[in-house]
Amino acid sequence: MNTATFSLATLAPAVPEIVLLAAACAILVADLFVADRDKALTHWLAVGTLAGTAALCAATLGNPTGVTFQGMFVADHFSQVLKVAILGSVAATLVYSRPWLESKGLLRGEFISLSLFATLGMMVMVSANHFLTLYLGLELLALSLYALVALQRDSVAATEAAMKYFVLGALASGMLLYGLSMLYGATGSLELTRVAQSIAYSQANPTLAAMGLVFVVAGLAFKLGAVPFHMWVPDVYQGAYTPAALFIGAAPKIAAFAFVIRLLAQGLDGLSADWGLMLAILSAASLLVGNVVAIAQTNFKRMLAYSTISHMGFLLLGILAGTDNGYSSAMFYVITYALMTLAAFGMLLLLSRAGFDCENLEDFKGLNQRSKWWAFVMLVVMFSLAGIPPAVGFLGKLAVLQAALEAGWTALVVFAVLMSVIGAFYYLRVVKLMYMDEPVREISVEPRGDSRVLLSANALAVLALGIVPGPLMDLCARAVAASL
Amino acid sequence: MASMTLSLAIWVPIVFGVAVLALGNDRNPAPARWTALAGSILGLLVCVPLWTGFDLTTGGMQFTELRPWIERFNVNYHLGVDGIAMPLILLNSFMTVLVVIAHWEVVTEKVSQYLAAFLVMSGLINGTFAALDAILFYVFFEAMLIPMFLIIGVWGGPNRVYAAVKFFLYTLLGSLLMLASFIYLYWQTNGSFEILDFHKVPLGFTAQVLVFLAMFMSFAVKVPMWPVHTWLPDAHVEAPTGGSVILAAITLKIGGYGFLRFSLPIAPDAAHALSGFIIAISLVAVVYIGLVALVQSDMKKLIAYSSISHMGFVTLGFFLFSADGVLGGMIQMISHGFISAAMFLCVGVLYDRVHSRQIADYGGVANTMPVFAAFFVLFAMANSGLPATSGFIGEFLVVLAAVKVNFWVALLAATTLIFGAAYTLWMVKRVLYGEVANANVAALKDVNARELVFLVLLAVAVIGMGVYPKPFSEVLNPTIQQLLAHVAESKLQ
Repeated sequence: MNTATFSLATLAPAVPEIVLLAAACAILVADLFVADRDKALTHWLAVGTLAGTAALCAATLGNPTGVTFQGMFVADHFSQVLKVAILGSVAATLVYSRPWLESKGLLRGEFISLSLFATLGMMVMVSANHFLTLYLGLELLALSLYALVALQRDSVAATEAAMKYFVLGALASGMLLYGLSMLYGATGSLELTRVAQSIAYSQANPTLAAMGLVFVVAGLAFKLGAVPFHMWVPDVYQGAYTPAALFIGAAPKIAAFAFVIRLLAQGLDGLSADWGLMLAILSAASLLVGNVVAIAQTNFKRMLAYSTISHMGFLLLGILAGTDNGYSSAMFYVITYALMTLAAFGMLLLLSRAGFDCENLEDFKGLNQRSKWWAFVMLVVMFSLAGIPPAVGFLGKLAVLQAALEAGWTALVVFAVLMSVIGAFYYLRVVKLMYMDEPVREISVEPRGDSRVLLSANALAVLALGIVPGPLMDLCARAVAASL
Repeated sequence: MASMTLSLAIWVPIVFGVAVLALGNDRNPAPARWTALAGSILGLLVCVPLWTGFDLTTGGMQFTELRPWIERFNVNYHLGVDGIAMPLILLNSFMTVLVVIAHWEVVTEKVSQYLAAFLVMSGLINGTFAALDAILFYVFFEAMLIPMFLIIGVWGGPNRVYAAVKFFLYTLLGSLLMLASFIYLYWQTNGSFEILDFHKVPLGFTAQVLVFLAMFMSFAVKVPMWPVHTWLPDAHVEAPTGGSVILAAITLKIGGYGFLRFSLPIAPDAAHALSGFIIAISLVAVVYIGLVALVQSDMKKLIAYSSISHMGFVTLGFFLFSADGVLGGMIQMISHGFISAAMFLCVGVLYDRVHSRQIADYGGVANTMPVFAAFFVLFAMANSGLPATSGFIGEFLVVLAAVKVNFWVALLAATTLIFGAAYTLWMVKRVLYGEVANANVAALKDVNARELVFLVLLAVAVIGMGVYPKPFSEVLNPTIQQLLAHVAESKLQ
């Protein structure tokens, strides 16, 4: 090993992470000296840090792959693109959340620094090239999120959600770790590239590797929220206060996708016949349960939770194709999905005010009569989630469906298509409430300029990406081709 | 040849639609109204070169435009029209003008959104007819659902939400299966979404049947064919007049167009094998739905069922695989566009005054509205297929083609001439003639200048096409010949 040649220069690929860590620690300390009424300062420092880190990641996009920490950490095209997406999502989350958090007195250093540490965890996951780095990133993310949800101490629902999230998340981590240990036993290595080699040269014990794979997939399914490991998703989405739910709903999905790709596509590529079938079952079950159960929901956040489950079913369709085409399609899907989720939760936060949380479907009634623009924004987001062109959701679905069909999953594709008709119903219902019903209460839209502008831009991006998807699609295709 | 005509036909209405939305002011709708009128007329004017510059000697694509769109999937912004698509684009742009004129004093709520929805939809429909790339087609085809959903759901009648959701989900189910078949064909053609490449790709029989059925689901719902027609009466009855006009005159035609553009050329062997089945359900539509129309008490519902019955004629004509049959079907589609629009507008004229669509609430209208009655009778006659109106030619050609195939099919098809006359004229009799039925009817005022404009325009179209159909047939014929030659060749290897 090359431990002897360590120098600071070898850390270059991890510069964005190091910067983020240093800045997060600095903000943590600096926050102690910021008065409660000036917490906006901390907020903007965090947003600036995220933007700066994203710029650092974007700056290395053109560079070849860099590996550091003796092969445990890799910065390649794939990771840098996803990191930019994650950082952007978190920054948008913070901006959308500020008015709500301020009104509840929750805009404190804790929320902001936990967000930053969770982000760091996601970045480490995305760049991991080693079972331990993967796990390290995952736990940093998960522990920050548990605390993030529990931050609203005086809310019974949030505490319960945090508890559930923690217990089930810990169980999933345990399964994952158990599976990884079996894979280590089977292949004799923790490093993804070596694990892949060992399987490719048939040096691995196939029974043990397959056993390990089962546990790993179960753990991954927990993290993604795929059926039958989805129970925590609706409870956490509904129980957690909206900014926390928004945080969980957007960026970690991107990280979880990267996690799945690193583990399955990179490390266990040789077992793709096995995990392909497992993912197919998970995907079909998620599509069924997610779409059907969402219809029965009256709480908007809970509905979005089931919607997430069904979208994870679609995401898996792309991954289980097991081809570069499939991975890049899934990558496009997850990035655009995060964009749509941000906008959907952003609307919830926009309509919430001091003393009132917009959570129920009813709260959207008659929105068009109060504000045509925000009704239109929500319309775009809902049709995009439903996969109706010209919004980008359609192209994401098209991409994963064509990849799955190429790989020969015809029946599954037809099933997915039928399920998305069912899914269209509950998105349509939101549009119906906004445009065709009378308002039941006063709806007023009065949060700050920054979140309004960003939310409008977000919705327009959903529309614009549907019309001009080329650059993002190419970026995903190049990232996958260059890195996997 | 680089031409912008089709792009203009698509984007002019959409841009104006967005402008109308931006001008939206519910207290003073006048600017929105005039902008919409200007946009719809301009939208029609930019389509005129399609007619004047049309090359009658070829059945191929004209006015083509080709730009890459999504390069990763080889999806192109590829537009072009042949003799089948071009008249439908003109029909649509023409109808949009009528719809804008027709809404004027009638729609008073959320006017700018109403007009914007129609203009945007007009552009999207033109895109559907002009698209030569399957994904582009699909995008226009599906995006069209959004404004239509809002039009029915926001400005419709009491049961509008149910109708809107039913309309949306029915159509979505069909079109998603069609999307799956597009993706399948994409892999069969080694990565091309060009519709013309789909035409050429050889397919096994089973594959053809599956592709045919997937597309059939989509187009049959759109046409609509029995037994997937049930969304139509609901949607029509609850839609505002303009919505009914566009729905009946244009969006139903997309189903018929889809058969000619996709189903027949892509899966010719399956189309031949399944033609008996399609002819059978077309005849069910013609006969059974004709009988259903007879017992309707709601005028709009009656016309809706009459539409289904007439569209049954269209699909019947297409699946006879003869030049007369396909030509008859196409003429029937265009003519039905004029006639159904006229019928719905006539009902709209009555509804705006009395606020009832029930036949029983009328009687003796001819006494108080003589001018209107004259137009209504004319359109009713056209709807029953009277010679010298456009309704006659299509039905005649289809029956003629059917006789050559099978006498009994022709006989059953010809019953529509009886049923069509029965339900239409009986309705006219009950609404227009007899004693003045009640105070509402007695207080009726005859049509005003604005209403006269669209009634006259449609009357000219209906009679003109009935007396001199040659401009239509000479546009349609080369394309139909080419299409039939293509369909006659087996794709099996």
